[in-house]
Amino acid sequence: MTETGFLQIAVYFLAILLVTRPLGAFLAYVFAGRRTFLHPLLRPVERLIYRLSGIREDAEQRWTGYAGALLAFSLFSFLVLYLLQRLQGWFPFNPQAFGAGNVTPDLAFNTAVSFMTNTDWQAYSGEATLSYFVQMAGLTVQNFASAAAGMAVAIALIRGFACERAGAIGNFWVDLTRATVYVLLPISLVAALFLCSQGVIQNWLPYAQVQTLEGGTQIIPQGPVASQEAIKELGTNGGGFFNANSAHPYENPTPLTNFVEMLLIFMIPAGLTYTFGKMVGDTRQGWAIFAAMSILFLPGAFTAYISEQSGNPILAASGVQQSPSNLHPGGNMEGKEVRFGIAASALFATITTGASCGAVNSMHDSYTPIGGLVPIFNMLTNEVIFGGAGAGLYGMLLFAILAVFIAGLMVGRTPEYIGKKIEGKEVKMAMLALIATAASVLLFTGASGVLDLAEGSYINPPGPATGNLNNQGPHGLSEILYAYASGTGNNGSAFAGLNANTPWYNLTIGLAMLIGRFFIIVPLLAAAGSLAGKRRLPASSGTLPTHGPLFVTLLAGTVVIVGALAFFPALSLGPIVEHFLMHEMRVF
Amino acid sequence: MPKKMARSRPLFDRQILGRALTDALRKLNPLSLFRNPVIFVVEIGAVLTTLLLARDLAISAPGAGFALQINLWLWFTVLFANSAEALAEARGKAQADSLRKTRTDSIAKRLAGGRVERVPSSQLRAGDLVLVEAGDLIPGDGEVVDGIATVDESVITGESAPVIRESGGDRSAVTGGTKVLSDWIRVRIVSNPGETFLDRMIALVEGARRQKTPNEIALNILIAGLTAIFLLAVATLAPFAEYSIAAAGAGSVPSTTVLVALLVCLIPTTIGGLLSAIGIAGMDRVMQHNVLAMSGKAVEAAGDVNSLLLDKTGTITMGDRQAVEFLPVAGVSERDLADAAQLSSLADETPEGRSVVVLAKQKYNLRGREVGEHNAVFIPFSAYSRMSGVDLDGRRLRKGASDAIGAFVRERGGRIPQEFAEISERISRGGGTPLAVADGGKVLGFIHLKDIVKGGMPQRIGHLRKMGIRTVMITGDNPLTAAAIAIEAGVDDFLAQATPRDKLDYIRREQAEGRLVAMTGDGTNDAPALAQADVGLAMNTGTMAAKEAGNMVDLDSNPTKLIEVVAIGKQLLITRGALTTFSIANDVAKYFAIIPAMFMTAYPVLGKLNVMGLATPQSAVLSAVIFNALIIVALVPLALRGVRYRPSAAAPLLRRNLLVYGLGGLVVPFPGIWAIDRLLVLMGLV
Repeated sequence: MTETGFLQIAVYFLAILLVTRPLGAFLAYVFAGRRTFLHPLLRPVERLIYRLSGIREDAEQRWTGYAGALLAFSLFSFLVLYLLQRLQGWFPFNPQAFGAGNVTPDLAFNTAVSFMTNTDWQAYSGEATLSYFVQMAGLTVQNFASAAAGMAVAIALIRGFACERAGAIGNFWVDLTRATVYVLLPISLVAALFLCSQGVIQNWLPYAQVQTLEGGTQIIPQGPVASQEAIKELGTNGGGFFNANSAHPYENPTPLTNFVEMLLIFMIPAGLTYTFGKMVGDTRQGWAIFAAMSILFLPGAFTAYISEQSGNPILAASGVQQSPSNLHPGGNMEGKEVRFGIAASALFATITTGASCGAVNSMHDSYTPIGGLVPIFNMLTNEVIFGGAGAGLYGMLLFAILAVFIAGLMVGRTPEYIGKKIEGKEVKMAMLALIATAASVLLFTGASGVLDLAEGSYINPPGPATGNLNNQGPHGLSEILYAYASGTGNNGSAFAGLNANTPWYNLTIGLAMLIGRFFIIVPLLAAAGSLAGKRRLPASSGTLPTHGPLFVTLLAGTVVIVGALAFFPALSLGPIVEHFLMHEMRVF
Repeated sequence: MPKKMARSRPLFDRQILGRALTDALRKLNPLSLFRNPVIFVVEIGAVLTTLLLARDLAISAPGAGFALQINLWLWFTVLFANSAEALAEARGKAQADSLRKTRTDSIAKRLAGGRVERVPSSQLRAGDLVLVEAGDLIPGDGEVVDGIATVDESVITGESAPVIRESGGDRSAVTGGTKVLSDWIRVRIVSNPGETFLDRMIALVEGARRQKTPNEIALNILIAGLTAIFLLAVATLAPFAEYSIAAAGAGSVPSTTVLVALLVCLIPTTIGGLLSAIGIAGMDRVMQHNVLAMSGKAVEAAGDVNSLLLDKTGTITMGDRQAVEFLPVAGVSERDLADAAQLSSLADETPEGRSVVVLAKQKYNLRGREVGEHNAVFIPFSAYSRMSGVDLDGRRLRKGASDAIGAFVRERGGRIPQEFAEISERISRGGGTPLAVADGGKVLGFIHLKDIVKGGMPQRIGHLRKMGIRTVMITGDNPLTAAAIAIEAGVDDFLAQATPRDKLDYIRREQAEGRLVAMTGDGTNDAPALAQADVGLAMNTGTMAAKEAGNMVDLDSNPTKLIEVVAIGKQLLITRGALTTFSIANDVAKYFAIIPAMFMTAYPVLGKLNVMGLATPQSAVLSAVIFNALIIVALVPLALRGVRYRPSAAAPLLRRNLLVYGLGGLVVPFPGIWAIDRLLVLMGLV
């Protein structure tokens, strides 16, 4: 670990800490429909949207109505996105003349699900597959919509805790509109302009053909990158315009843009913790959630960083310099950009997997086993380490429900959280979500580990599902596990090393994304409905305090033990055994 | 102190243990075990491994000895879990048996049209009138409509001292199976056969009508869900193993027996096996305090109570007021006043009168004198004069209400000193009752009579406050007196000049603010409030209406019990939470035991995870399974007795319990599994 490395992580965390309160308070105002400094400008826009789409702003929905609206909206988004891809040849802004042949039905399904669920798993390579029109009207729109939908669910769940004996938990269409108009659009606009100033491109030009210094020719893809880049991070989407994602100089040209992109990823998830506290009338509750997320985040960041910085003993044995010096970063630089270095890469990896974002600025596949374990672990916790926009908070509240239920009994009262009794219904919904996501990761990974198909089969042309792997041994298992953890966690980053663009992987990862999104959202909305109908009990000295360090530890412990215990066998056969083998000088 | 029937019995006695073991075997029936998902899964695993073992033995495959041991321990796990529940139930059944013995069919004297006809008590219906005379068993639950009798209720209460039952008022309820010792009563039967208080009590303690409480149901969902997750984790281990073996080019897929062993170790068998025992034992503990809870839900609710409504008299204060101070007027010494007060009270047999004599004796060593020789004439208290006293040796000593004494003194030409009203006022304001004392025409001073707050009561109320429970004192006194006692006892609020209606309104108000309320009551007019309260503890001496309305009955009729009931409710919930946390935390160590063992052949390097240094893969798996089974047995006493509970605020309570059961649960299995492994090696079992 170097001083600058340590400082980069520390300064980043400090910046997130500083942004949490103002942004969180702003979000609370926006979703309560109270006036903010943006209202003079944007309120007319909001009202225009309601008038055009016939939304009644004051009509509240019960949880069933809310969930129904969300599902209908998601289905619609999916269909539009699917058709846009398949019919891209008909639309303008297509200088490279991509057509349906570039997007097979299974790939279009996978990509449509991927962007609708805020996963942004990319089985395709952007610059070689999709027209500018699809990237903008399809993917970028979904980047906004899926993030706004996630935030809406989080706000609905908060209302379940905050309100007193209410039947309704808000209006999905109103929450969706407000999240987009007041939060995502303005911040994205500013961020996109900043990115442009740093060299991120924004054009509709055909791909440039240039002469290289060596005299060869090279095609450099172009496109409206900045507009997608900002919301890619802000909405914790992660779908890069280019295949190389944030490692590409057109997406992430400087260490400064790297810092800002990392900031954009955690901004809304962190801010929402404060919003939670504010809306339930006790900001300490929000800070407790923030703290629990932090004590899961920071050790991960340092573990990944230290592991990458200490490098690979096999390389060290063969005389490669592994210790940092003024002119040499040392450590494991494979798959990392020189302009970012080890700390900013490991930090980015931890953030992007903690936050279900999935943007990458380095190749996680090339990390040391332990360095790679951190991103996998982050995703296996159901993405609650700050997590996705909205998704992180509601995922963490799910664990809070479980933590309160398991340990809360130990204060001698039936469990309650934020004054609401946690009973059978809530526990049932939380467990349903956990079982569904565990099943998705474990069953698909297990199946892909042993599925044996004939070579050249439609479902998986390489033959056995392990035939798509670039690496064998435990590293291969990590690659498969990573893919399904990423899909189920709606993260979308790839370990790489797995050729996932075959019908088998496109369909199963697509299913994993659907399970990971809706088997959490629908049960949690049901829980929100049940919580909303309950009386809010006054706190006393006999009530379990859910704002102190004790509860924070308990919550983080529940995430680790309940959330990750199911994956310990898989992890030990993947990254853990690989780590031990690396020290026995074996690689895969 | 009256003799008590032995309610509490040792945790394990031979008879109960014997019955529990037979029941544990009977509970192996999958149809009944189905209701306990965790243990049901263990049983399926045990059946599966038994079949595999039979196959292995048939083809004499190697390694049958190991499989046999795993198999046996899996069956032990099921049996241990079953016997925990059976043990808790057996304790209840033993109690039910002793109750059932008293339910002999007696002959009732039914009154029909002025005639007495003798019918078996089982033929009585609600509404029948019966005559019960000395020596008769009361044939059914009822209300006394006529007469007065002493009744031996020890069958129900364990209290050998007889009680008075009479028509009208709050002492009119009689219970079937109790015995009239003297006199006679006419009773209107209020319940049909099979529905009597005794019947319900038997059903309750037997657990026959035991329903899962809401919290228990939720906890069951949680552990069933965890079981499903671990089922997935273990089931997918097979393909992971297959992949890894192909990748490593070595090793063998773990046998189904080993996978079942891992599954059983991971699923929360500890809490799964003990959950219902905890609930039954909680009811039983309430019963040992001689309180009859009508449902487990009521006990659970007691743990949740936010506000406790306590009657002043008998709960917070002693039943009677006592003299605490002599306050003379100017010119009279305190000793003279005490002397006069004592003389005037010598023949006063009321508790107040006796307390005056005692106080004078304590303070000035004034002995009770034999006053017969002084031609003493005692003046008893009368509602007309509102004074009592004595005439002796020409002195006319009187004590009584201030205005009555004032009139007495003025009549004799005496003068009322100016501080007379002042002292009286001062005593009243402090919550006491002033009792003026005069000697003929001369005012001597006052006796300060006071409600005495029971010893230790302020501390207990302090404990309750720490636990986050508000105490509210209910009294018929005026607000001034009530406030003074409320301050002294340290209660959070009081309800003065309370009518039953006020009580009901108060409860509703508290509930509207989201609080759970507990109260005690005995009279018929308490019934609505008892029914409204979340926990209503009715006194056994109370009316049938009150007993019906509450959800608990205190057989000792001691209102202070409410505090104990709350503590038991809390202890029950803490025990559940502690064992759940412990059970889940245990899994970490078991992974460290079994995972390296399973994949040692494919990846020998995974031996680095074998932090306990377990001898062989077989011994590692076996040790984890044995630990998992034995921990259930080891925790049975804790489940039945409940975890230690000291009243305190939630934060320190959670900290301590998390440390003991959370951290303990993480750490304890490591040395435990290690020790079992050593033993197995020493005994040559692996």
